[in-house]
Amino acid sequence: MKDKQLICIMCPVGCHLTINEDLVVDGNKCPRGKVYATEEMICPKRILTTTVKTDSKDFPRLSVKTNKPIEKTLLFEALEKLNHITVKKNVKIGDVIVKHILNTDVDIIATKSLVRE
Amino acid sequence: MKQSYDITIIGAGAAGLSAALEAYDDTLDILIIEREKNFGGILNQCIHNGFGLHVFKEELTGPEYAQKLIDLVMEKQIDYLLDTTVLNISKDEVFSIKATNITSGEFIIESKSVILTTGCYERARGHVDIPGDRPKGIMTAGSAQRYLNIDGYLVGKKVFILGSGDIGLIMARRMTLEGATVLGVAELMPYSNGLTRNIVQCLNDFDIPLYLSHTIKEVVGKEKLEKVIIQQVDENRQFIENTEKTFEVDTLLLSIGLIPDVKLFESLSIDTDPLTKSALVNQKLETSVKGLYACGNALHVHDLVDDVTIESRKAGKYAKAYVINQKDIDKKQVPIRFDHHIRYVVPQVVDYHLIDEPFDVLFRATQKHDVLKLVIKQGDQVIRKKTLKYVVPAEMQKVQIKPEDLINDLPIEIMVEEV
Ligand SMILES: Cc1cc2nc3c(=O)[nH]c(=O)nc-3n(C[C@H](O)[C@H](O)[C@H](O)COP(=O)(O)OP(=O)(O)OC[C@H]3O[C@@H](n4cnc5c(N)ncnc54)[C@H](O)[C@@H]3O)c2cc1C
Repeated sequence: MKDKQLICIMCPVGCHLTINEDLVVDGNKCPRGKVYATEEMICPKRILTTTVKTDSKDFPRLSVKTNKPIEKTLLFEALEKLNHITVKKNVKIGDVIVKHILNTDVDIIATKSLVRE
Repeated sequence: MKQSYDITIIGAGAAGLSAALEAYDDTLDILIIEREKNFGGILNQCIHNGFGLHVFKEELTGPEYAQKLIDLVMEKQIDYLLDTTVLNISKDEVFSIKATNITSGEFIIESKSVILTTGCYERARGHVDIPGDRPKGIMTAGSAQRYLNIDGYLVGKKVFILGSGDIGLIMARRMTLEGATVLGVAELMPYSNGLTRNIVQCLNDFDIPLYLSHTIKEVVGKEKLEKVIIQQVDENRQFIENTEKTFEVDTLLLSIGLIPDVKLFESLSIDTDPLTKSALVNQKLETSVKGLYACGNALHVHDLVDDVTIESRKAGKYAKAYVINQKDIDKKQVPIRFDHHIRYVVPQVVDYHLIDEPFDVLFRATQKHDVLKLVIKQGDQVIRKKTLKYVVPAEMQKVQIKPEDLINDLPIEIMVEEV
């Protein structure tokens, strides 16, 4: 297998990484680059950000995210689940909206506070 | 609320909030004025993550980044007016800021110093020449983002995107995830105008094609958009024959650039820079009007909010120093010169009477470079060299100049060594 060239997306710096078959990473400016390249080789994951419905007139949508990266292959399935949710209570930034989505160890958390009128 | 302030900040996006926090001093009266009902500016609609790594050392979404700044502003009990629009600014001894809101109608606030952080707006169809019909379904990527993320409403099902700016790329992913089909992105230039990570995360991840050196030949549709026809262009931006591609779509998103929103400068006589389309500033981020500062997207378009915060903290710091010291120092403003490899620089001028600490010169390259060797000179003398890697026009670059680097009063010249 040949070396794989990647652009790190862990932060806006965008380091150009090389990873070889022994999972040796080069070109990363911080340890996150190494983690990223290794995972892209083995099991790519993404942070998912989206919104869920609320029953508030002023803020019809609450922005949410996964509290850690979720497997890329599960993105659409997770979104499908979230499409059926309506938040009907006040939430604070960081509150868990869905625990262990799709039976993973990933939670969906609020990225905005919602104070309903 | 008082009628007279030491420092007034116009706009409460990342720039305004960051500037206010740094300007804060318990001996000074500071006011923030914001047109919207909420703080945070454009960050409120940027629900994706990737913000804050430099400033807060963690990866945040736009609303989370905004909230951190808002919490700090609340803690300091800085005065603010929301839902209030500034109409114009004039200056005599001090600044008069004319504003309006529902409760008070029009009113005037006086201020010794003003920091303008009114952000930017998106180039729309009227700013560029897109031939063809004028059907419904054509809008800026930022409007579509606002509809989707704030109001929860998907503007179309089959989408094409013109321009590879970041907002368009982010929307390509966002709309795909929400069930729309994004058929492609056309970019006039031979390189992307978005950040690399957005190409990776937003297009490559979902196999959305990016057509470089392509633009729209025609938009077709009577009432509603029916199709867009794109065509390849050569180096001189002339269409190449037999390269048309047709996409049947109901939505065309424009992501073709941002322009600083500086309408408020119109009532002041201020030196402007045609390259940034905003005020010309010195290394203290002071405009040609004494006591008037500009930062964030109102000064030049930033890709990263962290850069906005870093720049705006400086504006806050220098506005505070201006109000506290108010010494009348003669200006000795000398322009920064640069060659054709560089599209613009900020600051545009250096005040040699105010050199007391290192300052950053921010710039954008006109082209892509794997390695960019900068040579910084004053007259014939090289004062600094710096090598940058993977430079693209979409990513802002910076080079720091220290007081001890400067050896005379000649203009700083930033040149690129050909490699
Ligand atoms: C759509 C978009 C997507 C982006 N995505 C990313 C990203 O993924 N990652 C990243 O790091 N950066 C991103 N950025 C860049 C970064 O978030 C912004 O550059 C930054 O938030 C801009 O802050 P600002 O305060 O300069 O402008 P803004 O947030 O636009 O704030 C300007 C404020 O001024 C107010 N205002 C304007 N005129 C008046 C007036 N006359 N009176 C009173 N108030 C007024 C406006 O209402 C607004 O709240 C994005 C930028 C945009 C435009």
